[in-house]
Amino acid sequence: MLRAEHLSLTGRLDDVSAALQPGEITAIVGPNGAGKSSLLACLAGLLEPDSGSVMLDDAALASLAPQTRAQAIGYLPQSPEVAWDVSVETLVALGRSPWRDRDVAAIDAALTTMELTDLRLRPVSRLSGGERARALMARVLAGQPRWVLADEPLANLDLTHQQTLLGVLRAQAQAGIGVVMVMHGLAEAMNHADRVLVLFEGHLIADGLPETVLNQATIRRAWGIDPRWLGEPGQRALILPGTGRGTT
Amino acid sequence: MTRPIAFLMLALAIAFPLTLLAGRVWIDPFASPVPNAFIILTELRLPRAVLALILGAGLGAAGAAMQGYLRNPLADPGLFGIAPGAALGAVLSFWTGLAGTTWLLPLFALLGAGTAMALLSLIAGRSGSALLFTLAGMMIASLAGAMMSLAISLSPTPFAMSEIVIWLMGALSDRSWNDVVIAAPLTLAGIAVLLRAGPSLDAMTLGEQAARSLGVDPRALQWLMIGGIGLTVGASVAAAGIIGFVGLIVPHLLRRFTDARPSQLIVPSALAGALLVLIADALCRVLPLQSELRLGIALSLLGAPFFLALLLQLRRELV
Repeated sequence: MLRAEHLSLTGRLDDVSAALQPGEITAIVGPNGAGKSSLLACLAGLLEPDSGSVMLDDAALASLAPQTRAQAIGYLPQSPEVAWDVSVETLVALGRSPWRDRDVAAIDAALTTMELTDLRLRPVSRLSGGERARALMARVLAGQPRWVLADEPLANLDLTHQQTLLGVLRAQAQAGIGVVMVMHGLAEAMNHADRVLVLFEGHLIADGLPETVLNQATIRRAWGIDPRWLGEPGQRALILPGTGRGTT
Repeated sequence: MTRPIAFLMLALAIAFPLTLLAGRVWIDPFASPVPNAFIILTELRLPRAVLALILGAGLGAAGAAMQGYLRNPLADPGLFGIAPGAALGAVLSFWTGLAGTTWLLPLFALLGAGTAMALLSLIAGRSGSALLFTLAGMMIASLAGAMMSLAISLSPTPFAMSEIVIWLMGALSDRSWNDVVIAAPLTLAGIAVLLRAGPSLDAMTLGEQAARSLGVDPRALQWLMIGGIGLTVGASVAAAGIIGFVGLIVPHLLRRFTDARPSQLIVPSALAGALLVLIADALCRVLPLQSELRLGIALSLLGAPFFLALLLQLRRELV
């Protein structure tokens, strides 16, 4: 279990507590500046809260050696950079850094999962945006972490790749991995997450099942709009009010 | 052993004996013996060539590690305060007239490098941020540069002034085994420290935050960098004055022959740096000039057009 206990960070988070479960996809949503990325970075042990703590199982995350923490928690930053023009395979192998090995089986499995086997020797500079995003996610998976924390992994992906990535993350969750994602798309959170945390101005204003949490009242409070959900559970679409063509 | 390493070792094995023959007095093994050839070889050319290998290796390795740390192909280990700090130490030894005593000039230079390293870690050390490291390094470099100019302008005698200016140009002429004894252990220790930083530098490819998520301790990495660069660059300035551009050119040229991970670039860059300085120094000896061309000047003359070509290439990529 990954637990945030009374996390506070001046100007960004205010007394946020949540217990995240392995085997689930948890979505962190909220308007811009709500503190989503800060919460994710705290959960990953990359940002030290002013007060409060993050517990991984029974140990305080801050007390773990960086290497131990890195073996347990894989983290994908919001705008990942790749400084040198390494090949896809070399990039993915960097995910083995916490283990200080180059476990071929783990690297191959990550390449296969992200459908990169044919591209393994291609330099990163010659990848399309979608291929690059897949390679960066494969880097996280190669480390075989028990938790996958990703900051807006769906940004910059077209629909096909969004679907592929969501499928991969679902498979990870079914294998017992805890998946935590910062998301902007409420429909994706509604349809694909097992659990949703809604942040607003640094406060956790809702936490629970997507159908319960992403109700009109919460959306109105956090985003200040009154959208409508259409469709069946698992296949919801969000309609924004009063902005479509011909609605004025 | 990878292919670039094997190739560079072969090139060194060929170039090293050949450069020993080159100089104002050419030593042709197949012609009639040159008077004093043995002394020229063992007391003049051999220490000089060994020193060229050591310093070149240190500067090449430092450049590879520095570019990896800052994730920037234009980073040169000389830019970050340690070389100017060491040079300032050496200048002070001239200024106080102590440079004549055998061990004192390199000792002053190493003290200067150590002071610059201490300042660098003091200012940038707490956060482990590469940006702060760069800015602190530049601040120290400009401070040391200003103090060097001050020391030169306040030189006690015109003789000291000209000695300082000439020394600053960097050269391997008139070096003895004493200099090798000082530079070799420090440089080798420095390269070992940089190699130890290798895996962390690889993780830095993904940026500082991702590197931390992969278990890199940024403060430990910064200590390794300051230690490794300080030892290699400090030793090189102590033994030969300021020799620029080796750390910039060499890793950049070699990157395409490796898998581009910083850790894989350190050893080839050390070998290629050794080769470059060895050959450049031999060329300085044989150029038909009134007085020998200073190695530091020669490498800068070579380095500046290279830097320009690099900038033009970057500009093309940006447009």
